[in-house]
Amino acid sequence: MSRRPEHQAPPEVFYNEDEARKYTQNSRIMEIQSQMTERCIELLLLPEDTPCLLLDIGCGSGLSGTVLEENGHMWIGMDISRAMLDVAIEREIEGDVVLADMGEGVPFRPGSFDGAISVSALQWLFNADKKSHQPVKRLYTFFSTLYAALSRSARVVFQFYPENESQLDLLTSQAMKAGFYGGVVIDFPNSAKAKKFFLVLMTGGAAPLPKALGTDEEDEHNLQVKYARREASKRARGKPLKNTKAWLLEKKERRRKQGKDTRPDTKYTGRKRSGRF
Amino acid sequence: MKLITHNMLTSKCLKGVVTGYPLAINATNIKVTEVDFNPEFISRIIPKLDWEVLWRAADSIGHSDGLPQTIEPKFEENSDFLKKAHKVLLEVEIEEGNLVCPESGRRFPISKGIPNMLLTEAEVQ
Repeated sequence: MSRRPEHQAPPEVFYNEDEARKYTQNSRIMEIQSQMTERCIELLLLPEDTPCLLLDIGCGSGLSGTVLEENGHMWIGMDISRAMLDVAIEREIEGDVVLADMGEGVPFRPGSFDGAISVSALQWLFNADKKSHQPVKRLYTFFSTLYAALSRSARVVFQFYPENESQLDLLTSQAMKAGFYGGVVIDFPNSAKAKKFFLVLMTGGAAPLPKALGTDEEDEHNLQVKYARREASKRARGKPLKNTKAWLLEKKERRRKQGKDTRPDTKYTGRKRSGRF
Repeated sequence: MKLITHNMLTSKCLKGVVTGYPLAINATNIKVTEVDFNPEFISRIIPKLDWEVLWRAADSIGHSDGLPQTIEPKFEENSDFLKKAHKVLLEVEIEEGNLVCPESGRRFPISKGIPNMLLTEAEVQ
């Protein structure tokens, strides 16, 4: 049997009282949830020091809501699991919660929210738990009603666990159809454990997507650091690292000293060929 | 459920309902809790609210004392008004009762402070 919770039972059944309790007692779950919420808030790019009204989709026991409160925002949450919401009320959250199914639409008035976040909830929409459920239709209903409920320069950040490439395509296509701009930001794409998917959607005008963490450039930087260390150890032995410009120049110098025919050093020496070659 | 949520909540997800706003409140149990007063948030949120709906909702559960029916210009500077708005928006909570859709008459039960907006298969658009 698959280990993905979505494959085990519908969300309102899976998140029963036992599962809900985990979200208040298990410090590891709580830490991960709050870290992901912090990252979501970072990606939301809210105006600084302004308290906003945010929507938390799949708020569950309100762990993400607590992080929103710490950042000085007011929030309204929606979730399909009664047991999780009961835990949220027990935890005396400052926000407010509503029992609702996101696939049936976001039941709020147009322009209500300054932004929305969702931590580990979106993947549930791919399920067809009832005979009447059509995931594509539910996704579209969700995105179009969400679009309406947001103010005009708002962003939505979903952290979620897609199963495959086609789910990502389906998500972005339905979101674009509903009027959103945006795309998927993948943090730490080369790590199996730290890899995290964020769907960042914007209501007003296309803006550049925020930068993901741990992507190539940063890796390149790390690689350079490693490389530099290797080079330093080589230099200590008196020879530059092979296949570097310094090594090449030294080799040419040596050949000149030996009286061999050597091309003069120019700005092209030791440079990579352009891609056209 | 706080009145700020009521001010945003609609029943438009129901099949055949166009606006589904405002939902009528039938409250059987109301609780008042203390919440930190944040004047900046209140003055930011007021222009977004449907004030008339808020006033009527507050009136229908008996918490409209001293709350003006219309918003005055320059309300941001009136701290007395902001405190009253804060109380109605965030401190008054409906614990038990019903929300009623103005178009279809469908009732959404509120229990333990959580409104149940789940629909049945036949009600989904």
